[in-house]
Amino acid sequence: MSAPFNAGRRRFLAISLTGSGALLLAPALLAAPTANVPPELLGEDYTGVGPFLRIERDNRIVIGAPACEVGQGVFTDLPMLIAEELDLDWSQVRVLQLPYGGAGNDFPRGSPGSDATSMAVRSFLRQAGANARWLLLQAAAREWNLPAESLRTQAGEVIASDGRKLSYGALARSAAAIAPPATAPTPKAESAFTIIGKPTLTADAREIVTGRRRFGIDHYGPGALVAVIARCPQLGGSLLRFDDGEARKVAGVIDVIELPKTAAAAQVAGIAVLARHSWAALQARDLLEIEWQAAAGEGESSAALIAAAHAALDAADGGIAVRSDGEPVRIRKQPARHRLESRYELPFLAHAVMEPPNALIEINQDGARLVASVQDPEGATKLIASLTGLRGEDITIELPRGGGSFGRRLDNDYVAEAVVVAKAAGKPVKLMWTRSDDLQHDRYRPLSVHALAASLDGHNRIAAWSHRCAATPLDARTPNAGLLEAQAFPAGFVAHLEQRFHPLSTNLPLAGGAWLDALRAFAVECFIDELAVISRQDAVKMRLAMLEDAKAPATIHGVERTRLTQVLRRCAQRIDWTTPRTDGRGLGIACHAGGGGSFAHAFEVAVEGGQLRILRAVCVADIGRTINPRNAQEQVAGATLDGLAATLHQAITLKDGRVQQHNLQDYPLLRLGLSPRSTEIEIIDSTADAVDPALASASAGPALANAVYAATTVRVRKLPLLPELMRLL
Amino acid sequence: MPKHTQIPAATAAPPSASSAPPIRLPTALPITVNGKPYFHEGDPAMPLLWFLRDSLRLTGSKYGCDNGQCGACSVLLDGKAVRACSLPMSAIANKSVTTIEGIEAATLHPVQQAWIEADAIQCGYCQSGQIIAAIDLLKRKPRPGEEDIASIGNLCRCGSHPQIRRAIARAAELLQGDKK
Repeated sequence: MSAPFNAGRRRFLAISLTGSGALLLAPALLAAPTANVPPELLGEDYTGVGPFLRIERDNRIVIGAPACEVGQGVFTDLPMLIAEELDLDWSQVRVLQLPYGGAGNDFPRGSPGSDATSMAVRSFLRQAGANARWLLLQAAAREWNLPAESLRTQAGEVIASDGRKLSYGALARSAAAIAPPATAPTPKAESAFTIIGKPTLTADAREIVTGRRRFGIDHYGPGALVAVIARCPQLGGSLLRFDDGEARKVAGVIDVIELPKTAAAAQVAGIAVLARHSWAALQARDLLEIEWQAAAGEGESSAALIAAAHAALDAADGGIAVRSDGEPVRIRKQPARHRLESRYELPFLAHAVMEPPNALIEINQDGARLVASVQDPEGATKLIASLTGLRGEDITIELPRGGGSFGRRLDNDYVAEAVVVAKAAGKPVKLMWTRSDDLQHDRYRPLSVHALAASLDGHNRIAAWSHRCAATPLDARTPNAGLLEAQAFPAGFVAHLEQRFHPLSTNLPLAGGAWLDALRAFAVECFIDELAVISRQDAVKMRLAMLEDAKAPATIHGVERTRLTQVLRRCAQRIDWTTPRTDGRGLGIACHAGGGGSFAHAFEVAVEGGQLRILRAVCVADIGRTINPRNAQEQVAGATLDGLAATLHQAITLKDGRVQQHNLQDYPLLRLGLSPRSTEIEIIDSTADAVDPALASASAGPALANAVYAATTVRVRKLPLLPELMRLL
Repeated sequence: MPKHTQIPAATAAPPSASSAPPIRLPTALPITVNGKPYFHEGDPAMPLLWFLRDSLRLTGSKYGCDNGQCGACSVLLDGKAVRACSLPMSAIANKSVTTIEGIEAATLHPVQQAWIEADAIQCGYCQSGQIIAAIDLLKRKPRPGEEDIASIGNLCRCGSHPQIRRAIARAAELLQGDKK
């Protein structure tokens, strides 16, 4: 997987010396002084840009982390790639966050949010380390007058065949004077890895457990005012009038500003309160007397959307044909051994990041500095440029650790708000969202209702399958995108199949991402379980019979089907699937292939005295090549519990054009008591390209619902599961 | 409308051992944070969380929900875990608060050490509160059972619960070791 070496200086990493003799490694560009490099990384005479690496004379090594850490592990995993190729001992590495922007630091980044899994980013960072190692080897070869090929490197030292050693720190100065090679040095063979593939703890764990690591919300700019915004709670509503008399009396309040309408930003009408500190701003916002103008017509409601979905699904025709194979109408006409129709209702969901959105911005005529956890810093830069008229190169973004994302920090809406408020106030602003702001004004997971129907033939195989989905689409041009996919299981595995999509209209802002897979998978994997139950088949054997049918397609949604059967078999084995559970316990299983990965979940649950207990969770996942197996496990565990939490007790509902959830008592996150008592994650050793582990949430929900059925014989087809289960029990 | 003034961080800073005691304004509320004395001269209804974060810049206690649900703001009040977002300054006058920044002594607290060993981090935002909750729990229940663990009401959005469970188990071991 050696990276293509783009000729010339652009992609090679220049080495330069600081005044103190430290070695710096950076993408070689037309160097210009830069203000955005952390002082720890920047020597006084350094004029490069975007450094990845600093080697001190005493052999302390600092590696720059190029992507925003939001819990996905990039702060640890990406620097591991450089350390690997440099032959460092991980314990000698200190990691620092690199900012984004300014004049340069132009190196490959994944598409927004994909830095952790982008193979291009991985190749580039490994090449960066290999290049630096090559220069250090040349420096040692000159020092000893030995051929570089006779030397090796280990734990931050160059070692000669006679045992002599020179530390990287001692070689840094002379390495900086060496010209880069004509062709890029070859990165290591995987068999020689000592850091990649080794379970590695979070690099900044100590700072986090001592409370010293600063997240976005922990930054206080010099002279920055705290801003909170009262936003129109009504979809499509507008501001009629407001009285800020009482709000302005709160000590510490500096200003109250009606948000100007800006094409790029204010989709929502709002009033910003600016104050010297958070409490004053929050108190004053509560004291604003605001009259909102509701949108014309009847306010939207989830109940009406669900009724509209059922009406669309009840109609014999309509909607958009996504796929049609054979004669799916046979489900109704053909005599069948078993026939089944079920509908599944899934609500809107919120991201509910633990750290609500926030952004600190300073704008002056020469440039802007944003401090915010954003996963699309390029998009944020363009947005700030468009709102301020500044040039992109005059905008820098510091990327503090962010308290979760799940896709939320791909959207720069809160950055736009901060810019609009800071411009209007003429002062640096720290914009804070409260939890209520977050739940009321998120970009939500679509609402969907799925009508599944199937008939089984005399051999209990699925002869015909129909999946019709009515949902609020994200994209008007391809409304079914993500929600109902022509290549997703079981399409291609059933001779007579129809998929139809019925778009529902909403003004609620929506967001895509891994949770779209979870919508489809919940309906499909619960329905297959239902079919197994009515035909008295083993749910694992039934799936395997389909997946291993010789006539079936070789791939599912781009994933080799053998990768799905592998995780399914292994998962069943680990949960001890063939041993029946008694005493009110039940086992449930589900699998999913999507986004290049394959996942299988199994749960063992018990329902006693109206209480659901999740005794055991097993997930086997193939997420392609991993850098840090420990983080890979934690990410898949996280996605598993995310799938559980969403399925168990989360829903965003609309009524009269308003989101009804205001805080976490209305939108529960998972507590320890509801989390599985034991969680086992197995990551398949894979050479496929890396996959977003968040997709693992897809099979968790249906596996849980299937386990609840096994324990109770109550089939929950409407989420969230817990209130529905309690109603049905 | 309560008059609200805030002591800036500079004047709220603790006196050094050799200096004179701080001047106490008539309305000021005395409070000890991480062993150091402070006075809050401002809105007595202000939640402790904002005093810690905005006045003292002790930002290890996190804002998560402002109504006591999530526990990201957990601190120890006279040794017991409480939610700093829901405690007005008036309720903690003359009391002693320990934040996550005050847990570490010469070495890491065993619970912090256990958190590192179990890699109970992910996004990290809830973990200082989780650690505070675990310190409180393990003081009361040195060998916590499932019900004790389930009694921790702190929320985590990343799904780091398996690591938190391992961290609590490891912390219990480390604390038992300390007693031997």
